[in-house]
Amino acid sequence: MSGSTTATANMPTATPHRPATGFWRRALRHRSFVLGGALVLLVFAAALVSLVWTPWPPYDIDIAAKLKPPSAAHWLGTDALGRDVVSLLLVGARSTILVGVIAVGIGLTFGVCLGLTAAALRGWVGELIMRMSDFTFAFPAVLSAIMLAAAIGPGMVTSIIAIGIFQIPIFVRVTRGSANAVWAREFVLAARASGKGRFRITIEHVMPNILSLLIVQATIQFALAILAEAALSYLGLGTQPPQPSWGRMLNDAQTLLFQEPSLAVYPGVAIAIAVEGLNLLGDGLRDLLDPRLARER
Amino acid sequence: MSIFILRRIVALAATLIGASLIIFLVLDALPGNAAQMLMGADASPDAVRALTIKLGLDLPLPYRYLQWIQGMAVGDLGNSYVYGTSVAGLIADRLVLTVPLAAMSMLITVVLALAAGIYTAANHNKIGDVGVMSLTQIGIALPNFWFAILLILLFAVKLQWLSAGGFAGWDAGVWEGIRSLLLPAISLALVQAAILARVTRSAVLEVLREDFVRTARAKGLSKREALWGHVLRNAMIPVMTVMGLQFANLLAGTIVIENVFYLPGLGRLIFQSIANRDLIVVRNCVMLLAAMVVTVNFVVDVLYAFIDPRIKVHNL
Amino acid sequence: MSESANTPLIEVEDLGVTLNTSRGAAQAVRKVSFSLKRGETLGLVGESGCGKSVTALALMGLLADSAVVSGSVRLDGSELVGLRDTDYGKLRGNRISMIFQEPMTALNPIHTIGRQVAEPLRRHKGLSAAQARKEAVFLLDRVGLPDAAKRVDAYPHQFSGGQRQRVTIAMALACQPDVLIADEPTTALDVTIQRQILDLIADLVAERGMAMILISHDLGVIAENVQKMLVMYGGTVIESGPTADVFARMGHPYTQGLFRARPRLGAKKGTRLQTIAGTVPELADLPAGCAFADRCAIVESRCRAALPAAVEVRAGHQVRCLRTDVSMAECA
Repeated sequence: MSGSTTATANMPTATPHRPATGFWRRALRHRSFVLGGALVLLVFAAALVSLVWTPWPPYDIDIAAKLKPPSAAHWLGTDALGRDVVSLLLVGARSTILVGVIAVGIGLTFGVCLGLTAAALRGWVGELIMRMSDFTFAFPAVLSAIMLAAAIGPGMVTSIIAIGIFQIPIFVRVTRGSANAVWAREFVLAARASGKGRFRITIEHVMPNILSLLIVQATIQFALAILAEAALSYLGLGTQPPQPSWGRMLNDAQTLLFQEPSLAVYPGVAIAIAVEGLNLLGDGLRDLLDPRLARER
Repeated sequence: MSIFILRRIVALAATLIGASLIIFLVLDALPGNAAQMLMGADASPDAVRALTIKLGLDLPLPYRYLQWIQGMAVGDLGNSYVYGTSVAGLIADRLVLTVPLAAMSMLITVVLALAAGIYTAANHNKIGDVGVMSLTQIGIALPNFWFAILLILLFAVKLQWLSAGGFAGWDAGVWEGIRSLLLPAISLALVQAAILARVTRSAVLEVLREDFVRTARAKGLSKREALWGHVLRNAMIPVMTVMGLQFANLLAGTIVIENVFYLPGLGRLIFQSIANRDLIVVRNCVMLLAAMVVTVNFVVDVLYAFIDPRIKVHNL
Repeated sequence: MSESANTPLIEVEDLGVTLNTSRGAAQAVRKVSFSLKRGETLGLVGESGCGKSVTALALMGLLADSAVVSGSVRLDGSELVGLRDTDYGKLRGNRISMIFQEPMTALNPIHTIGRQVAEPLRRHKGLSAAQARKEAVFLLDRVGLPDAAKRVDAYPHQFSGGQRQRVTIAMALACQPDVLIADEPTTALDVTIQRQILDLIADLVAERGMAMILISHDLGVIAENVQKMLVMYGGTVIESGPTADVFARMGHPYTQGLFRARPRLGAKKGTRLQTIAGTVPELADLPAGCAFADRCAIVESRCRAALPAAVEVRAGHQVRCLRTDVSMAECA
């Protein structure tokens, strides 16, 4: 009690156990979580729906119907080649999500494994892993994509690899940081004293305790991956035509800024919705999964 | 202290060498015969062979790598495969635009973000805080190139105050040059500033909770004096880390924004070279960008030691 | 600022503090009254959560803006409650100072200790940097910091906990304040250092004729270091008086319980440690009557009706209990 002005005398306990049902009840009352979740579900729904149905076939070119304003037939109008904007947006959601999920998946898988190893093995192995991952920070996604595009050509695969590679060092850092904190905790010291091997400790003790942090970080990284994918498609390094992508739609729309400015608005809004949704979801998850992580808002 | 700097310099050199290796491997070893790509699939094998020798591509990889490194030391980066002119010259022409653009963006970002971050933290939970935080909440979700397009829509199409792209060059006058870089710099800066403002606010709020701030108040300092005298310098430590990390994003963003505004900077050079299969130019440009990122992080690391006296002793 | 040796230096009357917690308004302090003359020392003892630190912060004007302070606090006749923060700032560190429990985090890590000790001097006394620095070296030497002249330019992380606490003492006393509040100054330190620090504080207080308020949860510290004492529970003073008198015959069941709960050297092996059954009440949930009622062995229904008035069981010794006849009979 160092002069704090709060009145309670109760000390925080170590890792409180939260029953699963309680989580959903609290989650559904949390503003950020609900709003973010809704936006993210919207985007996922768009992608899923596009697999079975779109208002118009997205690849159908109809020059006669080009640049039409919103109408009952074309809810958001058509683009320069007469393609229906809504359909393009729905299918575009697919590439956005696909690239995001796979890139973050790569980052998570490799990053977490390397991070856990670095925390468990310490010594020169740990140092080596950290140096190598720090080194990767010199190559932001755009730079890697540029190199890969020059070497193997642009495309969805190029953007996935480029974005994925940059996700790895972030997960390594975050994982190792929090894993180190767990390794220093007393119950882990007790486990080691009783002879448990490092691998088992990692699986049984370290991982469950850093899981919440990783989930929150993953949503943040997903948001960043979506922004990176949009930038790469905009530059022509990502998803290639005729596969629709939000980033490239913005590029196409830019040439027509004076004639049909609204075309430049919709894809951007779509990207913003996806990213904002993930950000809010991440904030909500952070508050719900471990209130000790929640910082002042 | 000098040992500390020395170690950092060694790390810097090692990272630069490592980066150059990776870049060389990806761009020179991976793609296969550059001469073939330059001439196209139909070219005769003899013509391809001639070009290969002319460009020095028949020499073994390690030799070519060392040649490149040696050349960097004296400023000779080789000649463009497509134009034949000095790569260093090509790059220098473009840097004249890219560097001021990046600098302007960084300046606007830092000024906006620090002001917003400190203001919101000092007015925690009041209307100013909530308002600015809502703005930044949206700001961090916007792709910077989309924001740029929206700005073009507003300022160039609707209001017609600024042009939608292009760069007059510095010969037309410094003010004219800055004017054409204004919209690009702002669109890049605003999104970065949103992120940095949130980080600043967090950092300041964290420090405000520290015991030594209470001690300062107990000594008779007003809230304002405590903020400026004790809190900010401590808060700058995590803020600077993020600024350093953001630099990589800044450069990437500059490349993207140059595309949006059709500015003849480094970004355009890179993309043209990719289209032309002029890999030597791409290689040197990427190396330059990576080197800039690594150097900035090095500078941030060293600045730490000057701001935080604990580093000198513990992290030798 | 003239006062005779007998006018109280600091007079607290019916001090009340309401805090704005996540669970609503909480009455952290109620009806606290005491007065101190120059050279007098007062101890404030109680468990965590009893409101002693809140009282100290209220005296310093350092509570959050959302806290509501009622009652009266008079320093040399001038009223402090309701004072604007800018005016209060002229008094803090100047006429009334405070040292805190955690020396490891009380100092700014990126300023030298010399600068931090000089800060109140420059602010309140208008000293130049050079003058303040000289004074800082003198102060650091006086608080027992070895090699003060050289170490004045060192940083906090280069000192141990005990040394850092000496630095905070130097800082607090730099402007020769009239009142010193020490909130658990030795709780975070090793036992061997505790004695040194408490002696240092006692020396300085006597030397300069200050009034001191010492806060502690440790009855032993209170017994040996202060002339008068207040026992706090649930935000109220439940017993007060000259230290020797209170320890000789404790009036309140809580005070008795505290005393009995101390582990004793030489107790027979197997003796169980005594505890007070129950837990400290949450300040947001204080009952209308005596806060100790649920844990008291001799409670009656009238105890819960209203906050018991203070009963004077001996000269200067007051107890807030309706059953002092029973509780003090036990001690006889």
